[in-house]
Amino acid sequence: MNWFTKAITSTIGRKIVVAFTGLFLCLFLVVHLLGNLQLLANDGGKSFNLYAKFMTTSPIIQTISIGNFVFILLHIIQSTILTIKNRQARPVGYAIVENRSTWASRNMGFLGSFILLFLVGHLANFWWKMKFGEMPIIGIDGMQVKDLYFVVSEAFKDPLIVGLYVFSMVFIGLHLSHGFQSAFQTFGLHHVKYTPLIQFIGWVFCIVVPLGYAIIPVVMYLRAL
Amino acid sequence: MNLTLKVWRQKNANSKGEFKTYHVKDISPDMSFLEMFDVLNEELLLKGEDPIAFDHDCREGICGMCSMYINGHPHGPGQTTTCQLHMRSFKDGDTIVVEPWRAKAFPVVKDLVVDRSAFDRIIQAGGYISVNTGNAPDANEIPIPKEVADAAFNAATCIGCGACVAACKNASAMLFVAAKVAQFAMLPQGQVERKKRVEQMVAQMDAEGFGACTNTGACAAECPKEISLANIAILNREYLAAKATSEYV
Repeated sequence: MNWFTKAITSTIGRKIVVAFTGLFLCLFLVVHLLGNLQLLANDGGKSFNLYAKFMTTSPIIQTISIGNFVFILLHIIQSTILTIKNRQARPVGYAIVENRSTWASRNMGFLGSFILLFLVGHLANFWWKMKFGEMPIIGIDGMQVKDLYFVVSEAFKDPLIVGLYVFSMVFIGLHLSHGFQSAFQTFGLHHVKYTPLIQFIGWVFCIVVPLGYAIIPVVMYLRAL
Repeated sequence: MNLTLKVWRQKNANSKGEFKTYHVKDISPDMSFLEMFDVLNEELLLKGEDPIAFDHDCREGICGMCSMYINGHPHGPGQTTTCQLHMRSFKDGDTIVVEPWRAKAFPVVKDLVVDRSAFDRIIQAGGYISVNTGNAPDANEIPIPKEVADAAFNAATCIGCGACVAACKNASAMLFVAAKVAQFAMLPQGQVERKKRVEQMVAQMDAEGFGACTNTGACAAECPKEISLANIAILNREYLAAKATSEYV
C-alpha cells in the first residue's frame, strides 16, 4: 500500500472520509431543500417542474449528482467498515453499562441504516420515475415538461407516505445532531472561539433542515384535502 | 455497611469466566473501594478460597493501575480512580457489579486484571522525545507561554489507566493517544519527532485492535484526570497534517 491508501484506511483516515462526505451531504441537503420548497409555490407546479427539468438535464448538475452518489457510497462503505471494526474491538461486552453520552452519538449506524432505507424508497418513488419511468407530460410556456409535481402531489395524498416522510426526517435530524458537529471535531477543528459556534450551527441545522423537509408533505397533504 | 457484590471471576486468560456473588458486612463508609476488596479477599483467604485478583499500586490516584468497571462505569460512579472511590458513594444494602475492562486489546489475565501492555507498545511507537545527555538544562531555558504549558500539562496528566477504552462503546484508545500526542505537539521539545510520532502511534493503535472514535464523548466524561476531547481534535489534525506533509512514505 502506498502512503495515501495507508492514510485513508487508518481509523482516523476513514473517519476523515466519513466526515468530509458527511459535510458535503449536509450541503446537498440544503440545496435539495431549497429546490423542493418550490413545491409549495402554489403555481400549479410550474416553477417546480421547470426546476426539475433543469436538474435532470443540466450537464453540470449531472456531474455533481454522480459525485453525490459516489460520496453517499463512500460515506456508507467507510462507516460500515468502521462500525464492524468497532464491534470487533469489544468481543465481550459488559453486564451493566450506564452511558454518559447522547443516544444519537451512540446510534449513528442504526440511524444511518434507516436513512439508507428511506433513501432507497425515496429514489425509487421520484428519482427513478423521473429518470427512467413513464411520466405524465405537461406544457409550460410552449415546452413539453415531465410533470414531477403531479407525481409528488399524488404521492403526498396518501397519509401513510406523509407520515413515513415526517418520521424519516426525525431520524435525519438525530443523525445530523451528532454528525454535523462531530465532522468538525474529526477534521481537528476544536477551538474556544469556534467550537461553540459550530455546535450552535449544528443544533440549528439538525432542527431547521429536517423541519423544512417535513413541512413539504404535510402542507401538500393539507392543501389537497 | 452491608453490601452484595457481583464480581467477574475468571481463572486465566483462556477460561470462561462468570459472575460470583459475595456478601460483605460491616464495611466502613470511609474505606476506599479497594480496601473493601482487601476485606473481602481476607475473608476468602480464611475460607481457603482463591482471592479476587485486581490491579492496584499507589492507591493515591496517580498510577493508573486500578481498573475495575463498577456498576456500568470505569472506576465506578464519579470521575475518579477506583482507589479514590470511597464506600460512602454507595448506600447500605446496595448490589455492586464489578467487571474487568472489556476490550480486545486488553485481554483478561485473571478475574479483574487485564493486560494493558498495548498502551506501552503505543508509547514505544512514538511517545517519547529526544534530548541531549549530560547536565540537566536550566529551568525555563526555553520560553513557553503559560497557556501552552498549562494545556500541555493537562494532557500530560493522563495516567494511562485505560478508562477511556473501557468507557468507549468502540473500545477506542483515541483519548489516550490524543493526550500523549497533544502533550508533545504543543511543546518545543516535541517538535523533532512531531510528524513521525503521530503517524507511528496511530498505526500502533490500529494494530493493537482498538476501535475508532465516534466522538460520543464517553471517554472524557469518565476520565479520572479529566482529559478533554479537545485533545482528540488535536490528534486528528496532527495526523492529517503529518500524513499530508511528512517525508515518511
